[in-house]
Formats: sequence, structure tokens, C-alpha cells
Amino acid sequence: MHSDALVLSGRAFRSRLLTGTGKYPSREMIPRVIDASRSEIMTVALRRVDFSSGGDNILDAIPRHVTLLPNTSGARTAAEAVRLARIAREAGCGDFVKIEVVVDDVFLMPDNHETLRATEILAKDGFVVLPYVSPDPVVARQLEDAGAAAVMPLGSPIGSNRGLRTRELLRIIIENARLPVIVDAGIGKPSHAAEAMEMGAAAVLVNTAIASAADPVGMARAFALAVDAGRLAFRCGCGAERERAVASSPLTGFLRDM
Amino acid sequence: MDEFFAGLVAAGQELTGLRARIAAVTSADVRRALARARPEAADLMALLSPAAEDFLEDMALRAEELTLRNFGCTVLLYAPLYLSDACENECRYCGFRASRGQARRKLSLAEIEESADVLARQGIREVLVLTGEAPGATPWPYLEEAFSLLRQRFASVGIEIFPLDDAGYQRAACAGADSLTLYQETYDRAVYAELHPRGPKRDFDFRLDAPMRGARAGFRAVTVGALLGLAEPRSDALLCALHARSLQLAHPSIEVGIAAPRLTAAGGGFAAVHPVPTRLFVQILLAYRLFLPRASLTVSTREPPALRDSLLGLGVTRMSAGSQTEVGGYLRGAASAPQFAVHDARSVSEVVAAIRARRMQPEFKNWERPK
Repeated sequence: MHSDALVLSGRAFRSRLLTGTGKYPSREMIPRVIDASRSEIMTVALRRVDFSSGGDNILDAIPRHVTLLPNTSGARTAAEAVRLARIAREAGCGDFVKIEVVVDDVFLMPDNHETLRATEILAKDGFVVLPYVSPDPVVARQLEDAGAAAVMPLGSPIGSNRGLRTRELLRIIIENARLPVIVDAGIGKPSHAAEAMEMGAAAVLVNTAIASAADPVGMARAFALAVDAGRLAFRCGCGAERERAVASSPLTGFLRDM
Repeated sequence: MDEFFAGLVAAGQELTGLRARIAAVTSADVRRALARARPEAADLMALLSPAAEDFLEDMALRAEELTLRNFGCTVLLYAPLYLSDACENECRYCGFRASRGQARRKLSLAEIEESADVLARQGIREVLVLTGEAPGATPWPYLEEAFSLLRQRFASVGIEIFPLDDAGYQRAACAGADSLTLYQETYDRAVYAELHPRGPKRDFDFRLDAPMRGARAGFRAVTVGALLGLAEPRSDALLCALHARSLQLAHPSIEVGIAAPRLTAAGGGFAAVHPVPTRLFVQILLAYRLFLPRASLTVSTREPPALRDSLLGLGVTRMSAGSQTEVGGYLRGAASAPQFAVHDARSVSEVVAAIRARRMQPEFKNWERPK
């Protein structure tokens, strides 16, 4: 297996770019986005999955080799998220779940407390839980203790494309993390994704920025390149930020020649 | 009393002043409104003003961007299902008003099932249930059975029926309804009184407060609307959008929506006192989208196909399709009288094709009951 695999609950993935299935102009684009991005995990909102037979089922558009990450969007409490997760598993969507409990339809901020409660229940129930939260370092640690497989703090509000507005908190979470940190929501440009990876995020999740691009397939490839670049930079040791410019030959450089 | 309702109470006496302010908006005001990332009420007023008519393209560009980010390239299709056209009200503009002599019809439960099957075969997964206001004709046991039956066949059951009290909305929600639509018709009290001379619908405030009651009762989506053309449309649109915003502020977890029905002939020849030209209609829709980036925006089959298709991507996120506005309209046999004239008579599959031709994805389902 790839030596720099992303490992979630014992399962290894080559790609550190997670993608979504919402907002596309056509579902037929989804396999091409997967191809271009090499993404191996794709979110799908359960509220959009038509489980009735003969229904127009979005799951049919997702290539078989991709791991489904059903999300519980629409849930307003832990109990509702748990119920939706179980519906998904019973319907054959696998045991990965992204917990998304949003009680604010204007800014789409997740409810960290309800998300933590749902994580506790679903982790005990054998799910691979990826909770989507506001970046609260304390809650991030609690989610790890509750059995989450990763932590997914937002970069900025869903769909806003504003990048890593929450970067200071993301840094703290990444530094303290014992589990993969996947930055989810608000990533609007490949450079945002690269920045998250340079910071040490384990992966990023991008939906709106790809689906709403003029050329979603091209944008998916751009994001894949950015995630690779950011990850490589992180592994090679990004330069530390300094307050002032520092000459490459500092004042004591002369000692080397003596 | 929250800011919106306080404003409405005041507006009841001061609509003239409000309309004058809208008319007095300048191009500079409109430019400022367009530049603001989060438009406020004053900006909404500017966007609805005559001065903004020169800025429609700018508004459309912004609306397109906001819709793309918040909703992507998707539009949800649903169908209305009229259960009964018996009505005690005398709304002057409605094809169901009490004084109209036509025979009234009410669907039996078997007919509701059959209608549901017809819709489901067309791919519909979200239904909007409508009735006239005649509790004697549609008593609670009937309604509860209907909602419960429909809930088994559809992912989402919306209701657009006469306003209920708190207990009524709780009862409807328990029976299986998850979304609520209610048009205030007009926010102009004087015009409202004149258009509703008889029947329970005369109560302006009971109707006005109903969307909040629905939100409190647990409906997960609430849609408001003004029937454009009944009264001066710019002020009606303004107050309707403020109504939607106040619902959002009071109930942030609810999906608030706004609909833009435009008055069409009701077969009894009621003509709009303030007819809304297409250009103004589009301006109102764009203003709604700019002021409420997260709200769903609905355009019904009252509008002709070419217009509905052109509005895709400019902010419209929900459309009815294959609609029959008569009771029993999906069944074989004699048709009753329609509530309003449908100008887009395309079938669901024709609407789907039109949406795809615009490089957009039609969706039928956007709700899964978590309980």
C-alpha cells in the first residue's frame, strides 16, 4: 500500500481529497469528477437518496470502487442523525457516516454538542464516524475520545468558498490531534486546499467549489494537484513563519568559512 | 413583538409612506445595495424600486452566483394535489370562492391513493396538499388519514391549506405533514379586507401569524408568499421578504422559502388591480434571491414555460410540474373547475428535459424523515 496512505478506522486510502455529490449540473458528471480527482470517498446527502424502487437514485451515479460517506444533513438533533445513519446502513450504504447536524439554515453552522452525542452512539454501534463540526479544539478532543475515526472541522461556512477563515483554530486542532483532521466546508479554491494540507491536515473535503465550477471535471483535477502539492510540502517540511525577513546568510554565516 | 411584526403593524397605517420611499430610491442607493454582502431591509427596498430596473443584469449576475453556491445547479420538482374545493370563503380572485355555483368535489381516500400513484409514476416524490377552507367537508380524521397515506408514498408532504391554530399544526405534523406553505395573499390590510369580504379568511392577523405557529409546531420547512397583483406589488414583495426573514431569525433551523405566485385569471374574470409585468416579476424574484440567499424560491405553473425555463439558475430552486389544479385532476373522468389557470401544462418528463437542456439537474427528493 501507498506509504503515505490516509488511514480511517484501519482502512487505507491513497487520496486525501474527499468529494461530494451535491449541486452538480448533471449527475452523469460524477464519475468523471472521480476519475479526474482520484477521490476515493464521496459524501452523499441521505435526504437526496431515493430508496424507493424505480426512483432516480443518485447512488447509481457513484462508481462502485468509491467509498460512500452518507451525511445526515437535515438532522437537527443527535437522535435524528442516528436514525438517518441507521437508515443508510440498512439500505446498504456501508458503515461510514458523516454526522452533519445543522440547526442554522442561514450560516449552516453545525451543532457541536448534538454531533458529539451522535458520535458516541454511532461509534459504539460500529459505524466509522466522521463528525462535521465548528473548529472547537476541546470538542475535537472529546470526539476522539468518543470514538470518531477522524475530526472534520469547517474552514468557513458551507458553500461560502471563503477558504480557511478558521485557520487559527484549525492549527490548534491539528497540533493536538491524535486522529486524522479533515478540513471540510468553505474550501473555495485549490490554494485553500493546499494551505490546509501544508498546515498538516490529513485530508480535505470539497463539494461546492468543484460542483459549481464552470468546468467541474477540470476543477476536480486542479484540487487533486493542490492536495498532492500541499501534502508533499508538509512532508518535506514547510518553512517556519517568521516575523521579519531573514537573509539566507545570517550574521554568523562567516563562521562557516573559518 | 419582533421587528418585522412591529413594522407590519405600522405599515398597516403607513403603506403610503413605504411606497413613497420605494419610489424615491435613487441609482446610488441601488448601487450601494448591490455592493453589500449581506443586504438589509433598506437594501431590499432599493432592489425592489423602480430605480433598480436599470440594474436587472447586475442583480441577475449576483443572483446566479448566490444560487450556484447555495443550491448548485439543481431544481426540485413537486406536484400539487387538491383534495377538496369546498370553501366557505369568498376570495374575489379565486376559482373556488363560495359564491361560484360549480359542484364541489372532495377526493375519497381511494381517490387520493390513486392520484398519489399517478404522481409517483411520473417520478414525483414531494407532494403539496391543498384544500379549500371548509372544515365540515375536510374534518380532522379525513385530513389525518390523507396526510398519513401520502406520507407513505412520498418523501415529503407539504400542506397549503387554511391557517390552523397551534394544536392544529401539531396535529398535522404528527399525521405526517413536514412542510407548510401559506400565502398572506397581500400584506395591505385594506386591500385584504376588500378582497375577503366573507368567511374565516377575513382574519388577517390569524393568517399572518400562521407560518410562525407552523414553525413552532415542528414543520421543517415553511414557505410564505404574496399573490402579486392583488395590491401594489413592490411593497407586497418587500413585506413578504421581511416576513420570510423574520421567520429565519426566529427559527434558524427551519428551511424558510418564498414563493412568487403572480395573479392569473380565475375563470370568473377577476383581473389584477395591479398587473405585474414580466420585467417587474423577474426583478422581484431577483430581489428575493439577493435578500434571502438561503431561501428556496418557488415559481409555479401559473407562469408560461419559456419564462420558467429562463428563470432557472437565476434563483428559482423549486418548481411544480405536471400540475392539475382541479380536484381529481389526475384521475380519469370529468374535471372540476380549476383554482387558477395553469400556463405551463408540460408533463413532468417534459419539464425534466427542459431543465437538463439548461445544464441543470432536476431533483425529486430533498428530504428524508429522520423520525
